[in-house]
Amino acid sequence: MPDDIRDAETVTPAVDAAPSASVVVDGLPPQNHTQGIVPDVPITTPDHVVAAGPAPKRGLRAMLPPFSGKLLIGLILTLGILLFAVLAPLLSQDPRYLKNASRLPPSSEHLLGTTASGADIFAQLAHGGLGSLMVGLLAGIIAVVLSLFFGVVSGYTGGWTNDLLSFVTNVMLVIPGLPLIIVISAYLESRSLVVIALVLGLTGWAGGAVVLRSQAKSLRSRDYVSAARVAGEKSGRIILVEILPNLLPLLTAQFLGAVLLAILGEAGLSYLGLGPSGSITWGTMLSEARAQNAFLDGSWWWYVPPGLLIALFGCGLALLNFSIDEIINPRLRTAPAAVKSVRVARKNRRAGKPAGPTASTRPSLDASTRDDEKVNA
Amino acid sequence: MSAVPTKPAGDAGVAPGAVPVLTARNVSIEYQVDPVVKAVKDVSLTLHRGEILGLAGESGCGKTTLAYGLNQLLKPPALRTSGEIVLHDKDGHDIDVAALSGERLRAFRWDKISMVFQGAMNSLNPVITVKAQLFDVFDTHRPGMSKKEKLARSRELLELVGVDPNRLNSFAHELSGGMRQRVMIAMALALNPQVMIMDEPTTALDVVVQRGIIREIMRLREQLDFAVVFITHDLPMLLEISDRIAVMLRGEIVELNSSENIYEAPQHEYTRKLLASFPSLTGERGSFVRTGSGTGDDTGEVA
Amino acid sequence: MRFFARRITFYLITLWAAISLNFAIPKMMPGDPKQLFMEKLMRKGIEITPGMQKSIDLLFGEDDSSLWDQYVSYLNNIFHGNLGVSTTFFPKPVTELIAAALPWTLGLMGIATIISFVLGIAGGAWVGWKRGTWVDHVIPASTLLQALPYFWLALILISTFAVTLQWFPVIGGYDIFSYDYGPEWSWSFVGSVIYHGTLPAMTIIISSVGGWLLGMRNMMVATLSEDYITTAEAKGLRPMRIARTYATRNAALPSIAGFGISLGFVVAGSVVMEEVFSYPGLGKLLFDAVRENDYALMQGVFLVITVAVLAANFIMDMIYGFIDPRTRHNA
Repeated sequence: MPDDIRDAETVTPAVDAAPSASVVVDGLPPQNHTQGIVPDVPITTPDHVVAAGPAPKRGLRAMLPPFSGKLLIGLILTLGILLFAVLAPLLSQDPRYLKNASRLPPSSEHLLGTTASGADIFAQLAHGGLGSLMVGLLAGIIAVVLSLFFGVVSGYTGGWTNDLLSFVTNVMLVIPGLPLIIVISAYLESRSLVVIALVLGLTGWAGGAVVLRSQAKSLRSRDYVSAARVAGEKSGRIILVEILPNLLPLLTAQFLGAVLLAILGEAGLSYLGLGPSGSITWGTMLSEARAQNAFLDGSWWWYVPPGLLIALFGCGLALLNFSIDEIINPRLRTAPAAVKSVRVARKNRRAGKPAGPTASTRPSLDASTRDDEKVNA
Repeated sequence: MSAVPTKPAGDAGVAPGAVPVLTARNVSIEYQVDPVVKAVKDVSLTLHRGEILGLAGESGCGKTTLAYGLNQLLKPPALRTSGEIVLHDKDGHDIDVAALSGERLRAFRWDKISMVFQGAMNSLNPVITVKAQLFDVFDTHRPGMSKKEKLARSRELLELVGVDPNRLNSFAHELSGGMRQRVMIAMALALNPQVMIMDEPTTALDVVVQRGIIREIMRLREQLDFAVVFITHDLPMLLEISDRIAVMLRGEIVELNSSENIYEAPQHEYTRKLLASFPSLTGERGSFVRTGSGTGDDTGEVA
Repeated sequence: MRFFARRITFYLITLWAAISLNFAIPKMMPGDPKQLFMEKLMRKGIEITPGMQKSIDLLFGEDDSSLWDQYVSYLNNIFHGNLGVSTTFFPKPVTELIAAALPWTLGLMGIATIISFVLGIAGGAWVGWKRGTWVDHVIPASTLLQALPYFWLALILISTFAVTLQWFPVIGGYDIFSYDYGPEWSWSFVGSVIYHGTLPAMTIIISSVGGWLLGMRNMMVATLSEDYITTAEAKGLRPMRIARTYATRNAALPSIAGFGISLGFVVAGSVVMEEVFSYPGLGKLLFDAVRENDYALMQGVFLVITVAVLAANFIMDMIYGFIDPRTRHNA
């Protein structure tokens, strides 16, 4: 157990599924202490998952998240808002056109009314979407690249490289992000979207790096990596070919998380007046709304939509992340599903497909037994 | 239920005067996955007081699933779909294990039947001491015990299995593999159970430690007179230590007889195959250590 | 023991790094902040006395000394508690302003964070325990909560509860009209503080509880498949005992270890939120400083916020070291 407790990472799934399950399928004693998020065997052959799920999927299909309600809603939200941000600007007025009558409530001409300066709110929302999302995306990419470097290189290489990179990571982790961003932004006279994205990315990679570091460290000792090392493959190639593909789900989750944080960060910055100067984002809309007392005079059509879109997009990202969590740690999906399937089976037996005289009222070990009070009817 | 149980089928090779302690009849266990997997098919067996019953078979034959089923420990998606499991208590009455639930099931567990799991590496709670975990057992099942009594009993248990009693204050990670397994056995004995189910208790340990643990178990059984269901794929070991052996194949018991009978006159083809596939240290390939002579009908077929 | 020594060393070094970073930032920015700063002062009509010049030099470094000398004198000043003089609240020293604002932030944020953490862990444990039942449907709801921008939530809460329903006050840490002379030690004052602090606290709690809840839930589900849980069940231990001592205690460990990471976000959110509520804490002070380009105050506040976060992380690390016996053993 390493000194740095942050290396004992956030999701350390236990020994594989219920002993009974794995015994039936592959018969070996459940010895795989999966040290980290990535399963011992490359995801393409999830034998130990088979016990609690449908037939194994091979290759790429195995890496895709299982289809579920959460995934669906997540996709709808994120893709929907993305589409909105891309297409809506084409259908709306110029957001900086100020000759409209000001402070109008929603009407057929101005779908969301107008601001205090006479700009069309819907137009601002549409263009602002592009602004916010671009900052988010760019910052997300920067953050992931940085966390990849600091995390994987440090975790895989070990030695003093690890010590140095780890130290930098840990320091960046502890120093509070937003205050730092505020201070930096305050010094910059003019701030473009790119600069803001840069600042957000530069301050948001540390968390991901920590996770990647512990993953890389554990992957390093896996058999297939050891084999590659013994065969004489160069470190760089090993990282690219053996380790990165297995980290793909994790990286995706981190990317989505980084985008979410960047969008929230940009919104906060813009709200404080430190956002991209001259651009329109959802954050700047909120800032202007507040400055013009929209919150106090009840013109909800001005301040609710931008915040709501941020929240919905963020929720979509979070749901996608959750689905990815379920690939990374199949037990998150299979355990609840297993409990459910037993409950259903028992219900069926009671309902009219009896398998034997003693079948019906045997509670086995599940949530209802934990309840202790009631036998599940 | 207190009728004298009739001898179920497949109960050959029982020692004279043996009294049944656990009877399982027509037990079936399924995995509720898609498609449904029948892990245990209509299994019946009888365990007698003080007897060591070996449960042998290859990986995936369902022996562990059966063991979990006997103790009502099945985890979803496993579900027992039929069968009767009865414990014939020392004090005379019978307990329908399959019908137990809630509070009664909890009281029953560990008190009458205890279990030592496969690979005790992770069977101990990593954040509390061994003492705390032993005390947990007493607090739950013997609420009347005073702290002094609990401590005394805990020390006694550790000594029983050959572990230094000062280890009570250790945490799981401070113990070696062999020690952990011994502690698990000590815990299993804490309430003087009548049946102990041991699922591959020595597989993860090296051979010398293995031997020590097996000897320990045999000695304890002599001393405390509990019955053991010993699950393993190591048939030679079973031949040495068990009174009777049940051979399982794909969810069914294909042969159930005394060790001698199994060794000398195996009835089922699979049993023969199993016997023939273990190499010996001396003698010909496929032959046994005991006699050093070849056995088996299958010509030279070593699995 | 070595574990604690290493952690302490790490935090000391990080502290040094934060102070140095504070020193370095103005130097790394484009343009000449010192010049701009002095120009701003002059524009405001503030005369630059020698004392003030000293203060400015402290912050930005003397014109003709080397970078290293500037650094050393900067460190020297920090250790003497000299953070400069504020221009916004001239001539109040920065330390005095920070000292006034600190308790508000610590109090509000501290209490709200603790409540949020406890609720999140307990809630997550419960949702995880009940996996496979209807409780699983709570998850998407908490996911949504997690994604809400803090300040937007704050604004919504204000407009709903304060403006429309008039249940809570809109701004301030306490009723400034009743307490002309500032804070005093009386029960009614405390009551006023709590009254004013409710909405801000609710904002923090609502937006951060989701993160902890989800993390804990995932760990709980994973932990419940561990061997020692099966063993505990086989032993016939009571479900409550298993849930508390065997499952939750193990599942909570990563949340505690990762507390530091989450705390960063809470701090970030509350900085903005304090501005929204005009809550007289460090966040608002920072924001005021930024708006007025009061660099001395701004950097001072940043430093103090950083130290506070470091301290919180440190405490959590120590707690973790006590709870998880494996760290003490292996370190």
